[in-house]
Amino acid sequence: MIPPSFEYHRPSSVEEAVGLLSSLGSEAKILAGGHSLLPMMKLRFAEPEHLVDINRIPELKGVRVVGDNIIIGAMTSENAVIADPVLNEKVPLLPEAAKLIADPQVRNRGTIGGDIAHGDPANDHPALALACDAIMTIAGPNGTRQVPASEFFLGTYWTALEETDILTEITVKAFPQGAGYAYKKLKRKTGDWATAACAVVVALSGGSVSHIRITLTNLGPTALRAHDAESVLMGQSVNDDLIRQAAAKAMEICDPAEDLRGDAEYKTAMAGQMVQRAINEALAKVS
Amino acid sequence: MAKQIVKMNLNGQEIEQLVDSRTLLVHFLREQMNLTGAHIGCETSHCGACTVDIDGESVKACTHLAVQCDGCEVKTVEGLADGGILHAVQEAFYEEHGLQCGYCTPGMLMTSYRFLQNNPNPTEDEIRVGLSGNLCRCTGYQNIVKAVKSAAVKLQQKESATA
Repeated sequence: MIPPSFEYHRPSSVEEAVGLLSSLGSEAKILAGGHSLLPMMKLRFAEPEHLVDINRIPELKGVRVVGDNIIIGAMTSENAVIADPVLNEKVPLLPEAAKLIADPQVRNRGTIGGDIAHGDPANDHPALALACDAIMTIAGPNGTRQVPASEFFLGTYWTALEETDILTEITVKAFPQGAGYAYKKLKRKTGDWATAACAVVVALSGGSVSHIRITLTNLGPTALRAHDAESVLMGQSVNDDLIRQAAAKAMEICDPAEDLRGDAEYKTAMAGQMVQRAINEALAKVS
Repeated sequence: MAKQIVKMNLNGQEIEQLVDSRTLLVHFLREQMNLTGAHIGCETSHCGACTVDIDGESVKACTHLAVQCDGCEVKTVEGLADGGILHAVQEAFYEEHGLQCGYCTPGMLMTSYRFLQNNPNPTEDEIRVGLSGNLCRCTGYQNIVKAVKSAAVKLQQKESATA
């Protein structure tokens, strides 16, 4: 399977890349890690006339700390996320979850920004971004703007990005002191997308929940934040009954597409299991 | 057609080739450079039979464009042996019978080679995770894992012999 013909462009700065996207118009696509786009091109699901390869733009790679912001370059690979000392210390959910994405070789190429910008509800970073209250920095022809994760994912393969935009950075804050976290992902095999997955970040104060995020992967047209499930636990001293109630609330917002991984009923049931496991594991990590 | 000049260091040799932008690295290697070691298995970045090394990282060559390798150092299984002397990883796969049909072997060798560069003394669990992007339909993986363990020992012995 060989992709259809296209013109290849390799800008060396974000400015140059945005300029290319503006002049080439809707026939251009950004090439990040390529592990979603190239397979889609092979199948003729995508037939861009121009590919703008942003792999050689150094400013898009790596993690830096500015004040209390942790800024992750959109072209930081999954393996770089896994290895990054700042993320492991301050936002350990991201490296832990990245280990569950694809496989070792794919994680060398696949990027956090590509995973988010693709808008695929099966990708893992959208739910992780929601769980981390991430802010997306977007460069476009009229300059840069910031969009919170909660307003970024609009539908399946549909995000706040315009055709001439590039997602450049993902900004997160360190987890609250002593916070617990977990990402539970049910998948059939290494490299598979989630049948159902759940991210949880939780902090306690005096034994009661003072911060909680519960987000879901591949259980609707976009990644989902389970607000009602969070409300069940917020301010409470958590017990098994409350965890089951929270899982039931999370299951209420699930609207998964039926596919080879199962029908909607099965996936929703598995979502409930992943939510319970993720809450339990996150609570066990609270220090 | 959208052709580009691509320069790369391929198995230690500087090369310059005219490449169609849509040519995947695995096709470039096999059809243009006659290096048929990297195999085409699933073509969907699952099986790992096409794994090669690009700038010190294992990459699936079926999901990478040849033009993206401009200026890069690329190593294929053909570049593993040193003048007819097998690399420790190849020797270990041979001795431990880490293959049956051999289709996955070039990818297994290249992934194992890079994995052991990054983790010279791995546990069995680490080996299994490290090779989780390479599928084998013959061996059941047992002898492949044994081979990687054995290769780790061989490489460490070589290291201490030269130290």
